[in-house]
Amino acid sequence: MIAEMEFFVDPHRCIGCHACEHACAECETHKGQSMIHIEYVDRSTSVQTVPVVCMHCDSPTCADVCPADAIKRSADGRVMTARKPRCIGCSNCVLACPFGVPKMMTELELMMKCDMCYDRTSTGRKPMCATVCPSEALFFATRAEVELRRGRSRPSNEFKFGDQTITTKVNMMVPRGRTQTHLDVTAAMHEKPVGGLMALNILSNEPIPVEGAS
Amino acid sequence: MTIEAPTTSELLAKFGPLRAYQSGDRLDTSLDPDRLVKTHCCFCGQQCGIQLKVKGNSVIGFEPWTEFPFNKGMLCPKGIRRYLQNSHHDRLTSAHVRDQTRPDGFRAVPYPEAIGRVASEIQRIQSTYGNDAFGVLGGASMTTEKCYLLGKFARVCLKTRYIDYNGRLCMVSAGAANKKAFGIDRAGNPSSDIPLADVVWIGGANVAECAPITTSYIWQARENGARIINVDPRITPLARTCDLVLPIKPGRDAALYAGILHLMIENDWLDHDFIQNHTVGFDVVAASVKDWTPRKTAEVTGIAEKAIRQAAEWWGTAKTSYLMHARGMEQHSQGVMHVLGAINIVLASGRIGRPGCGYSTITGQGNGQGGREHGQKCDQLPGARDIENPEHRKHIAAIWGVREEELPHAGVDCYELLRKVETGEIRGLLCWSFNPFVSLPDNDFVRRMLEKLEFFVCIDFFLSETGRFADVVLPGSQHEEDEGTVCSTEGRVIKINKAVDPPGDAKQDWRILQDIAGALGRERGFTFDSPRAIFEELRRASAGGVADYSGITYEKIEDRQGIFWPCPATDREGQPVDHPGTPRLFEPGSWNPVAKGAGPFYFPDGKAHFNLASYAPPTEDVDDDYPVILTTGRTVNMFLSGNQTRRIGPLVDQYPEPLLELHPVLAQKHGIADTDWVTVESRRGAITVRCQVVTTIRPDVVFVPYHWSGAKSINRVTIAAQDPISKIPEYKVCAVRIRKAEEPEYAKRLESQQ
Repeated sequence: MIAEMEFFVDPHRCIGCHACEHACAECETHKGQSMIHIEYVDRSTSVQTVPVVCMHCDSPTCADVCPADAIKRSADGRVMTARKPRCIGCSNCVLACPFGVPKMMTELELMMKCDMCYDRTSTGRKPMCATVCPSEALFFATRAEVELRRGRSRPSNEFKFGDQTITTKVNMMVPRGRTQTHLDVTAAMHEKPVGGLMALNILSNEPIPVEGAS
Repeated sequence: MTIEAPTTSELLAKFGPLRAYQSGDRLDTSLDPDRLVKTHCCFCGQQCGIQLKVKGNSVIGFEPWTEFPFNKGMLCPKGIRRYLQNSHHDRLTSAHVRDQTRPDGFRAVPYPEAIGRVASEIQRIQSTYGNDAFGVLGGASMTTEKCYLLGKFARVCLKTRYIDYNGRLCMVSAGAANKKAFGIDRAGNPSSDIPLADVVWIGGANVAECAPITTSYIWQARENGARIINVDPRITPLARTCDLVLPIKPGRDAALYAGILHLMIENDWLDHDFIQNHTVGFDVVAASVKDWTPRKTAEVTGIAEKAIRQAAEWWGTAKTSYLMHARGMEQHSQGVMHVLGAINIVLASGRIGRPGCGYSTITGQGNGQGGREHGQKCDQLPGARDIENPEHRKHIAAIWGVREEELPHAGVDCYELLRKVETGEIRGLLCWSFNPFVSLPDNDFVRRMLEKLEFFVCIDFFLSETGRFADVVLPGSQHEEDEGTVCSTEGRVIKINKAVDPPGDAKQDWRILQDIAGALGRERGFTFDSPRAIFEELRRASAGGVADYSGITYEKIEDRQGIFWPCPATDREGQPVDHPGTPRLFEPGSWNPVAKGAGPFYFPDGKAHFNLASYAPPTEDVDDDYPVILTTGRTVNMFLSGNQTRRIGPLVDQYPEPLLELHPVLAQKHGIADTDWVTVESRRGAITVRCQVVTTIRPDVVFVPYHWSGAKSINRVTIAAQDPISKIPEYKVCAVRIRKAEEPEYAKRLESQQ
């Protein structure tokens, strides 16, 4: 049996070149429109960028909130662009997606999003963005290849948003050896938080003095 | 006297730069291309493989070429969108002559008339003032065949010594230092050695933006456990996740490498066996770094002493390593010293010429490597031969069918060539695929020189800002309209394939040169019927030289996905051989035509040379009047002077205009906020651009990218100081002052790319 190719995103590797967006906008099925985008986290303090592709949720929120039942998931787990005859352009999906992926094409009155290059992958090619990405921050390969080539990280496809846990078809590369941690807000509420170099302060603009830090 | 065509709306409407976007066939989702043409990107020196989609006589898109071994389908934005330069509104499809009576500045004329005018002006100038009164400026974005022919054209047809090229802005410090240390000017290793290294040292190279695909090799090294050290005054996208950032004060690289070597010696992190058996000159260099204590190094470089010690330890104790550098440490008046300093720490480590042990400079221009090997450099003849070496001259003279004494001697670098316009030694110029009015420092000086010319002819496919000064503009060909070879940053000779025909009267550039030669009545040696025929002569010309291409054929390149030179046609006994090429230089036991078996390096004794790499401050250091360091560089969406990329809409939109980067500490001092207009001023000139306040740059440095022209050209501000050996201009350091400004006049009148 041929090992399944999967999609892996590693923001650690992203260099913010926008090749993925340019290439996406050159794809045969949606020329002129990119279905993915790059975001600067905060350019004033870092050159860190993050490529945002559809994560292809197992239970897609965008489809759940669609009043017209326009968003379909393929048998192999890809969440597709809204079906044009059904989409009413209400933007529910745009607002509801926890990853900020769907895009409303106002002039088309249609929600369009990444379908992991169905046209290309169905003919044995990689998705366009993962083919061109110069830093392999977007990577399409078998799990075995990722295991072999990515010594410092491991794939994760589970995300927590409040009480909601979302599992996705697309994997995010996270540091190897770390377990999933979720921040307890109380860590930032004490005047002198215990442990670590936590300097998060949600209550005032003043940085919290950290015990042990100079 | 030439006069610049003013930037009128009529000129912009006819010649641009205007932005091209996907439209028509390029937007039609139901359309299939007629064919896919395998070729390479027309931009940087990485020369990524790419397939162009062709419909009729137009390139309508691209498809990744995943089988090409260097980039395996990977591309940066420039490669993806490069096809939009084809069938472009601004494209020159006929010859033009300057016509001051017309609002657009130029009148289209029949091609033969333009050629006739060029020939008669060359004749007039040369018969009046001598052959050397006509100079030639070439470009390293052209195929090696064209570069070869241009060198031959200057020396055999025009008989002028004055030819040089825009690689002078780019590769020459590395080239000169490589020749001094190794006897050969080529990357030591293929990129595939990078992921095998324990430590990757990147000196003055914004790899992520200037050589994006190389990022994947460096990240793979990191995944394999390598430590990455990045020397740069800015935290570039690659530096962000490096193990160690050395935020050097621009222009202090020789000091850093002296400090590192000092620590290597102090801690005995040396390969004594290698130094003893394969190098010369170590003792003198070792003595020269005695004073470079970590403290002194820290004071001069502006890098924390702790970080210097850490870098030296990682470098010193590594089992394998790869050191690469680029313009960040090369474009200085001490550029060669900076590179020699870097090479010294490589040689002291003994880590070269083996798998995972590498050294290279990163080539900037598309054919930056091949374009300098075969003859448009002022002091070089084909095969990387020396124009002052009698044996070399004899070999080339025989190939060209001229007497050795007829061959001109060495000329001068391209900036000095312009200075010879000032003295009246040069009266006419042919400029080919070079945009010096944007890309050379001190633009105002360049303007004065261009205006002083009696006759100026440009060959290009878009009218560049420099072309606006031309008396005659000849329409050349785009990358996709001709075939030929280029040599990539790795030293891999690859094949450019033709996808479409030049439109209208536009001609493949080598034909234009031959037409001029014909009109001059000097067609002997300029009657090639194809790039292949030129390449066959180039093979013979390069045979026996250091850059030996004689064993390379078009078929071999295509069959084997490129061939690394040297690739001789015969073995050392002179018998024909199918040489596989040389991906990795300096391998133990390897043979080369200079050492002849004495050792792996390209000197008669086969040994590499340590060279004194003494530190001196930049030509123009900061003072009370100009207290800030200006450094310049590239952005990922643009290429060189922007003559191509400023016409490609989606690339322009990504980063439309130059932004001045400065640190919040410096910004606060001058009352400047993010996105404010800021004037940056030096003793040469000033420009006003918007700013970006970021903590990713040293507070004593401002950065402005150089791809824009006119009022947005940072090269109005930069200094024309040059390295005494390589003659590279000092783009990376000059002294400036900054102040908050009002919106400049151009902002309302011009589009961002204009």
